Amino acid sequence: MGWREQMKSAAGSVGIVSPQRFQSVAPLVLQNGSVLDTYELVYETYGELNGEKSNALLICHALSGHHHAAGLHQEDDAKPGWWDACIGPGKAIDTDAFFVVSVNNLGGCHGSTGPRSVNPSTGKPYGPDFPNVVVKDWVNTQAALADHLGIEVFAAVVGGSLGGMQALQWSIDYPDRLRACVAIASAAKLSAQNIAFNEIARQAIASDQDFNEGRYFEADKNPDRGLGLARMIGHVTYLSDDGMGTKFGREVKSGDFDAGDDVEFQVESYLNYQGRAFTQYFDANTYLLMTKALDHFDPARETSGDLVSAFQRATCKYLILSFSTDWRFSAARSQEIVDALVRAKKNVASAVIESEHGHDSFLLPIARYTDALKTFLHQSLVNQQGGCE
Amino acid sequence: MTLRGDLALISKLINANARVLDLGCGTGDLLANLQAEKNVNGYGLDKDPANIQVCLSKGVNVIEQDLDAGIANFADDNFDMVVMTDALQAVRDPRGLLREMLRIGEECVVTFPNFGHWRCRAQLGLKGHMPVSKHLPHNWHNTPNIHLCTTQDFERLCLEENFRIIQRRVVNTQYREHWSITLAPNLMASHAFYRLGRPL
Repeated sequence: MGWREQMKSAAGSVGIVSPQRFQSVAPLVLQNGSVLDTYELVYETYGELNGEKSNALLICHALSGHHHAAGLHQEDDAKPGWWDACIGPGKAIDTDAFFVVSVNNLGGCHGSTGPRSVNPSTGKPYGPDFPNVVVKDWVNTQAALADHLGIEVFAAVVGGSLGGMQALQWSIDYPDRLRACVAIASAAKLSAQNIAFNEIARQAIASDQDFNEGRYFEADKNPDRGLGLARMIGHVTYLSDDGMGTKFGREVKSGDFDAGDDVEFQVESYLNYQGRAFTQYFDANTYLLMTKALDHFDPARETSGDLVSAFQRATCKYLILSFSTDWRFSAARSQEIVDALVRAKKNVASAVIESEHGHDSFLLPIARYTDALKTFLHQSLVNQQGGCE
Repeated sequence: MTLRGDLALISKLINANARVLDLGCGTGDLLANLQAEKNVNGYGLDKDPANIQVCLSKGVNVIEQDLDAGIANFADDNFDMVVMTDALQAVRDPRGLLREMLRIGEECVVTFPNFGHWRCRAQLGLKGHMPVSKHLPHNWHNTPNIHLCTTQDFERLCLEENFRIIQRRVVNTQYREHWSITLAPNLMASHAFYRLGRPL
């Protein structure tokens, strides 16, 4: 069943959507001390903001994500937004109930100010000179966007992976501006192994001859091989052994063992395709920036390494979800978040969803996962309106 | 909301504003009640996806965790009360779990079906088959209850471990007390509730 059929059956699509732009009104002081006098964020919204402005829900995207989370830009788009499985009328993030805001993060390459944007002080693209941004910076810019939209308090801030980190940071930095926080397949900080994978990806990019110290655009080149390789490495870590076995097994795409040919396995062909495709829509400098933000994230650093203290200021309720075969952001990492929240006496629920799809599970319409998400979000909306079952 | 008899009994033992951990919380009835009625900051552990989904729909703080994997992730003295209703007989290491409950909580409440009840004895002793009853509905081959005990067995363990028995309620299948049960609890009680404290 293609996604078009899937969208027609059961829950619906948000339909045709158009990105909007937010122009900053104040200079932004980043965590590393550098200042952006002005910046732009591109975002989309789905559903209607109610009169009390109490039903807004912020989506935070992951490493390679962007603002286009649901629906189509044009009728004949080949694919809907990246989280269309979960966002739409009647879906887990129900646009009949919520006003969903989805933003491309600062430093991204899909329209928000980032390495591809023109640096006003040089008149040339920032490229590698774009300042390092961290999760806290994103949260600050998302709060500025919320101000612009007149949203004082989000009903929920929701994200998977790196997006979940932003949701957690929201609960710490703006405790009065969200009522629920959902962190899916996320972590309170990356493990050494996880950082290691990011470093291999960065080295793949940096060692591409066309990388040119990040100034590839000046030579009208792109580090396609390095960026593609980085994506291939990442992609493998987002899947599980079993999942890859089910999807590809040892199927051969071309060549014949018996004839003594060089064979190409399906999985090789798939990964090569994914790597190539990625270079068409993603910027290498943004990839470096995003992976560094991932590595850097550790809210407990501000409280002498104590995550319980870091959560002390939070007031929202939490849902922490993880997936059984996710080894890049394992269930144990989510459990660490849960344990800290319990010790900090915060309201938290958690579930470990059975799935063979590894880290990528968070993007998929897995029944138990979407049911849990939908129920938790609905429950937090009901509670906030003072009603009860 | 009316609570199931055993949960109503437990609810009475818990103070307002207490911090409660419910091991094997099922569909979260006890916690939902304590949250609504007593402003309790409660968490429930369960491993069953269907139960967890029901808990979420009630706004209960449910955490997916298998009791057999232990509860070492909870800090010492983190709770006022740790509750475990009818799960003692189904866990792999009841003694270890009881010790853990009293490490995490000031006190704990444990309930279990009394295998010493005369019906159980009669089924095994007279009829010669493994007991099947309202509280023990499974057959020998499909039962999750791998550590069944009598009230006498349980109290012997408490003695060995120096657990303080603060309160005991022994009841019939309707969760009611009766003079006959008080007289011969190990024979007449179908269910037992114990409120335990740490060794003095």
